[in-house]
Amino acid sequence: MFDQILQFLLTGITVGSTYALVGLGFAIIYNASDVVNFSQGEFVMIGAMSAVALSAGDTGLPLWAAALAAVLITTLVGMALQRFAIAPARGASVVTTIIITIGASIFLRGVALLVWGKDLFALPPFSGDDPIQIGNATVLPQSLWVMGGAAVLVFGAQYFFTHTTLGKAILACSCNKTAAHLVGINVGVMLLVAYGLSAALGAMAGILVAPITFASYDTGVMLGLKGFSAAILGGMGNPMGAVAGGLLLGLIESLSAGLISSGYKDAIGFIILLLVLFFRPSGLFGKASVERV
Amino acid sequence: MKRLSGFFLLAVAIVVLPFIFPDNYFVTVVGVSAGLHAILAVSLNLLMGYAGQISLGHAAFFGIGAYTSAILTTRYGWNPWPTILVGAAFTGVLAYIVARPILKLKGHYLAMATLGLGIIVHIFIVQLGWLTGGPDGLGGIPTLSLFGWEVDSDARWYVVIGALLLIVVWLALNIIDSRSGRALRALHGSEVAAEMMGINTAATKTGVFVLAALIASVAGSVFAHQQAFVSPDSFSFFFSIELVTMVVLGGMASTYGAVLGAIILTFLPELLVVFEDYEVMIFGGILMGTMIFLPQGLFVGLQELLRKLTRRRQRAAQAAQATEATKQKEDNHGVA
Amino acid sequence: MALLDVKDLTISFGGVTAIADLHFEVPESQVYAVIGPNGAGKTTLFNMLSGIYRPNEGSIKFQNQEIVGRLPHRVAKMGISRTFQNLQMFFNMSVLDNVKVGCHLRTHSHLWSAALRLPNILKEERQAQAWAREALLFCGLEKYINMPADSLPYGVLKRVEIARALAAQPKLLLMDEPAAGLNDTETVEMRELIRRISQAGISVLLVEHNMGLVMQVSDRILVIDYGSRLAEGLPEEIQNNPKVIEAYLGGEVQYAV
Repeated sequence: MFDQILQFLLTGITVGSTYALVGLGFAIIYNASDVVNFSQGEFVMIGAMSAVALSAGDTGLPLWAAALAAVLITTLVGMALQRFAIAPARGASVVTTIIITIGASIFLRGVALLVWGKDLFALPPFSGDDPIQIGNATVLPQSLWVMGGAAVLVFGAQYFFTHTTLGKAILACSCNKTAAHLVGINVGVMLLVAYGLSAALGAMAGILVAPITFASYDTGVMLGLKGFSAAILGGMGNPMGAVAGGLLLGLIESLSAGLISSGYKDAIGFIILLLVLFFRPSGLFGKASVERV
Repeated sequence: MKRLSGFFLLAVAIVVLPFIFPDNYFVTVVGVSAGLHAILAVSLNLLMGYAGQISLGHAAFFGIGAYTSAILTTRYGWNPWPTILVGAAFTGVLAYIVARPILKLKGHYLAMATLGLGIIVHIFIVQLGWLTGGPDGLGGIPTLSLFGWEVDSDARWYVVIGALLLIVVWLALNIIDSRSGRALRALHGSEVAAEMMGINTAATKTGVFVLAALIASVAGSVFAHQQAFVSPDSFSFFFSIELVTMVVLGGMASTYGAVLGAIILTFLPELLVVFEDYEVMIFGGILMGTMIFLPQGLFVGLQELLRKLTRRRQRAAQAAQATEATKQKEDNHGVA
Repeated sequence: MALLDVKDLTISFGGVTAIADLHFEVPESQVYAVIGPNGAGKTTLFNMLSGIYRPNEGSIKFQNQEIVGRLPHRVAKMGISRTFQNLQMFFNMSVLDNVKVGCHLRTHSHLWSAALRLPNILKEERQAQAWAREALLFCGLEKYINMPADSLPYGVLKRVEIARALAAQPKLLLMDEPAAGLNDTETVEMRELIRRISQAGISVLLVEHNMGLVMQVSDRILVIDYGSRLAEGLPEEIQNNPKVIEAYLGGEVQYAV
């Protein structure tokens, strides 16, 4: 029984790491521009699919180069989203921006469908696929890449926002755009960087996980929703909270799939989300806000 | 009767269309689909456009109504008509229970909660296979019959759904132009001010949420009988997003806008069949484009455009008159 | 019997005490002003009087009925109406519809009778129309009746908000900085409007920074500083109260009246 649980935990952390990265991406964009980006999952998909496409066949690039190029492409997509879809609609209502990002998500999916069709694709594992024994549980080497990679990216992001000038400038924009503008920060550029960074994180998550879970034009959808759930669980606007929320969500899903039923695992995740929203909307680590009248 | 002039136009259009285009696929088949979508869009518009409560899970109520009718008629041999009522009752109760906690949320949180609700319902429909037929769906649903008049052809379904659409539009127009309608719009305009005017905002939100759910449920039941088959694919959250698109495209806070949006978005895929591979991309593009450039929707956007054009013509006419008048004065006084 | 009786009112937000042990009585048919330096807690007080905030301690009795613990729409039902410091206009409606919302408590139909457009709805609509026009005329807003609210200047909208509050036929009208953002002409019009409201028998509780307006229009004044009662009395008493002068400016000052 313990071995089973260990297995579920390992799967949970692997899956959770992906959710954590998507959630982190959400939090970054939300912090920088007060926008909930429903197309976050598509960044993951584009990263994975581009990497597959660029490294495929005889004329393909070596994996590391394809991955780098894929991250770059996705970063540009993220910046384009901010520049062409979000920026023109500045000042729009919450509903409007939600629908814009939903539209962007559908649009990106449509492009992916056009370019790659409905097939499933996979990346080769980074360091082979011989399962590693941990007790009586097994873990794929790629899972360790996912967990390790996610940890590096998360701490890297944290360092970026707390110790670099650029990162702090982005945080300044999210606190008060006008004040940031007045001290000489180019808010427009900061927003582009934030979106680009968020997209890059998503792409890297996609590339890390593609060898395990196949990628196709619509794998971004559920991921985006789960990532958003992770961000809410952790407290909207709290990046580390989103990471914690993602890991937690992955664990809950894996344990319910294993111990209760795998068919309902998505439902359980959303039920937990609803409960959090009903009883503690500020999330596990967020602060409650007061509306000024 | 100025208030209902749009309604009569719509009624006339619905009645006359099949005579102008007899035996036309676009009228009887796509038209029926558009009619059902329009009913759903009008109900969602009351919730989103007027009361300002975003809902990304409306397909759930459509699905519950459809499956209730499907299950009761195929597995338990019920007559279709009572199943519509049972479906509505069941949906109403569920909506009522969920409404209070969900509608305390706002903005993104409300969007996410309604989305989650829709997905949960969808998953349950898929998982409870012994009841719902699972991913393969449920077939053999009998059609409706009204005192011996069986609705067994596309033309007859056109009549039924056309009538239902007119009823729902009429109900919506009545609500909007009343104390309740103003309470809804006030709620959207400023919740705190609405409260201070004596409006019980929590109860009002619940009321419109349940009403929208009931209408969707009835539409779902009718859909089940019309299609004779239901499957979970018709009630996914993609469909919820499609419904939101219809409301938003046509124009929030405009019943006719919702109808327009539904018609456009039902016919669009038919016309885009040529561009089949591009369909998803175009759909996403339309959604983004409308929200960025015409956030008030097509209906209001077109009205504004017309207003601007007539104002420009008026101003030009006035300017022309003014120059004429000064010229006359000048002539009269002999000034060069 | 006082119209409004406030006792031991206290509220804190996360460690910051906004209002402490506040007490005062508002007599009927008077214009009662609440003044005090910025941040003294005046809007917080209003929010408690409307039921938007719930005080930690104390009681607010309106016509001997307790307000504390009631939801805002129930407080409104008791006969209290209000305008807001930062305009809470229904920008998605016309001026007339805005004011018709004010008639909400005077009408009674529900969603279902509205949907079916039963005969009582038509009668109710005519009534609401008449009452709304009355309130708009009272505030001098005839020419704006059918205009969309989002096309009008700030000064006009402030009066629309008042008309909307008056349409409810309240016994007590809470006015939160009605003269804020108004120019001199508009301020004079506002002063006259407040006088007319008082003459119509409606009690007014006024929060305001414009001292000239306050002195001219109020029957009694309450001064709050740091959330506590500093002074209370007739305008002349307040004007000459050294503690009040010190609280505002820390020194001597001449009020322009």
